[in-house]
Amino acid sequence: MSAMSTTLSGIGRRWDGVVDRYNALPKPARLGLVILFAAFVYLLPLLRPPILTTNNIDFGGVMFSVAAFALVAVGLNIVIGYAGLLDLGYVGFYAVGAYTTGVLTTYHWHWPFFLALPLAIAVTMVTGVILGAPTLRVRGDYLAIVTLGFGEIIRITVKNVEWVGASAGIKDISHPNTIGAAPNPPFDRGGMFDVPRLQWDGIIPSLDRDHPTAVLAFGAVDAIPYYWVILTALILVLVGDRLVKSSRVGRAWEATREDEDAAELMGVPTFKYKLMAFALGAAIGGLSGAFYASGQGGYISPDSFPLLLSMLFVAAVIVGGSGNRWGAIVGGALVAYLPERFREFADYRLLFFGLALSVLAIWRPEGLLPPRRSRRAKAVEAEIEALEEGALEGSTHA
Amino acid sequence: MDFGALFGSLDNFLSFTMGGLVFGAVYALIALGYTMVYGVLQLINFAHSEVFMYGTFAVAWMFIFLHGTESVTWSLGKAAPILVAALVGAMLLSAAIALLLERFAYRPLIRKGAPKLIALISAIGASFALAEAMGLRDRFADKLGLSDNLENYVAPGKARDVFSNPVTIQPKGLFEVGGYTVSDVDLVILAACFIMMIALDTFVRRTRFGRGIRAVAQDPETAALMGVNSGRVVQVTFLIGGLMAGAAATLYMMKIGSTRQNAGFILGVKAFTAAVMGGIGNLRGALVGGLLLGVMENWGSAVFGSEWKDVVAFVLLVLILLVRPSGILGESLGKARA
Repeated sequence: MSAMSTTLSGIGRRWDGVVDRYNALPKPARLGLVILFAAFVYLLPLLRPPILTTNNIDFGGVMFSVAAFALVAVGLNIVIGYAGLLDLGYVGFYAVGAYTTGVLTTYHWHWPFFLALPLAIAVTMVTGVILGAPTLRVRGDYLAIVTLGFGEIIRITVKNVEWVGASAGIKDISHPNTIGAAPNPPFDRGGMFDVPRLQWDGIIPSLDRDHPTAVLAFGAVDAIPYYWVILTALILVLVGDRLVKSSRVGRAWEATREDEDAAELMGVPTFKYKLMAFALGAAIGGLSGAFYASGQGGYISPDSFPLLLSMLFVAAVIVGGSGNRWGAIVGGALVAYLPERFREFADYRLLFFGLALSVLAIWRPEGLLPPRRSRRAKAVEAEIEALEEGALEGSTHA
Repeated sequence: MDFGALFGSLDNFLSFTMGGLVFGAVYALIALGYTMVYGVLQLINFAHSEVFMYGTFAVAWMFIFLHGTESVTWSLGKAAPILVAALVGAMLLSAAIALLLERFAYRPLIRKGAPKLIALISAIGASFALAEAMGLRDRFADKLGLSDNLENYVAPGKARDVFSNPVTIQPKGLFEVGGYTVSDVDLVILAACFIMMIALDTFVRRTRFGRGIRAVAQDPETAALMGVNSGRVVQVTFLIGGLMAGAAATLYMMKIGSTRQNAGFILGVKAFTAAVMGGIGNLRGALVGGLLLGVMENWGSAVFGSEWKDVVAFVLLVLILLVRPSGILGESLGKARA
């Protein structure tokens, strides 16, 4: 058990080392590394590396949900990690994005997906403002339960309103538009061209020409093109996230999170910035929801958005390291990936997942990849503690 | 919208109110667990719903153990002896689960002075694991080779399905209030809730240990300096929450009669809502919040239809928090006067 604990804190330390060495590289080398890494992530479902690949369920589909979870986690990280607002009803925004897409692209209007997407984001953002404006005046844990309530309200409302399909949900939601020939199942995959994937015999790879992926063909058979699209969205969001975080807005969030009263006194309009975090987070949740709705299955129902999913989203952010966008991605990926990877445990997998969540929380309370700030703060704290030799040990600052 | 259903006759109005109060009493008792832990540690004890759920199973198991699996319908008086045994069993099991939670999911984090949010994650994990363990109890019994002995308790192959108490308790009308008949079951539930509330309130406000709890809630470090064993206080807090959840589970099983492995979740959310509504960390607030939530929910389902019940509950919560941002009574456990 303690071996596991050291492994876990080892991950964090090694990650720090990786980050430091990366930052020391010259700019072209850094760019090259980023491109290489991105290429690897894009090709992952084709490379199908052993151990990582899920055996009992389509790996492309798993990677799609991993990316969708990572996107949600990045959005929620803005709300929880940057602005310090505990949102337990994030699934509501995910549902709003999904349902807006669903309604716009099916029997009511038949819009193409990429036309519906911006509107879905806008609607979710407006929902975020509408929900945030009254609720962000309550603080801390009260906010948690109010957001949780809103998540439930949204789910129950879509369940009871016939216009959005009630409990039957919405089916045949438009996929993104295929580029190249349209897919014509079962024989014609469509798309621009086919790429083969790898298969592994132990550690020896070979080309598997029997299961090619048609590039940018969005049909019902292959999840990999969907993965590519959502991954692209994730990368764009990450770039935006980086810009916002290092701007005045990001600093205002940090100040608000650390001490709301002090920030207010220093002239930060905390309410405005909290609302902005809420709206931005909501928009990203809606974006992810829109991709989920238009994904391979093209089907959503109220049961796709249980309250439990909100808990998993929060868990993803916190386990990964709240406040660090890479932490959020890792957390989101783990939360989506682990239950799928360990399907051979069948009925036991949720039990193990719950235990794993607790174990992770206890052994690495600051998350797998905590943000730099908290690592710095920790170092300073340790220094002060060393100076105050013999002072109270293990003080419980809640 | 059908206001007539609720306000059309005094009869309907009273029956919806009474039904709401009975459910509210159960919410209030579960809410105590959330409020106690929050008052002392400022943590949302997310796994408390599972503490309650284990209690409901303990009640059903106790009936199977003492009566058997034959389905019967008894009056409250006939079921009373087993019900008392079930109450004890449920309180013990729930308290044991609550203490285990404290020991394994919270204490390591409190020791480290970890951020509050991470305790929430640990609790979510523990909640998953506990609910799943109950859903997999037939497998565990099988692994231990006890399947045959425990067949009635673990429901092999059906561990995830609804699990019913073999004894259905038939409520008996006692007296009428404005055309609504108050049954003995309703009365017992309300009375039990009030008695336990008063006992707990007295314990926290009047006893030496209660003073320790309030001291830790106000300032754990100063309390420790004044000689309060804060570790013990935290344990007792969880113990009390568990005992109350066990009692709530017994009352719930009296009224509903069946449970399942995921029954805790939504009740837990409701109870937490009730605790927040009344002012989290405030014992009397839990009672007020619980009863109010139960009643409003029932009224809401009469007016808007039962499918909107939960929406009514949450909208009410939002409205209350808008007017009183820290709940109706809004006082913390620490500030409670002796």
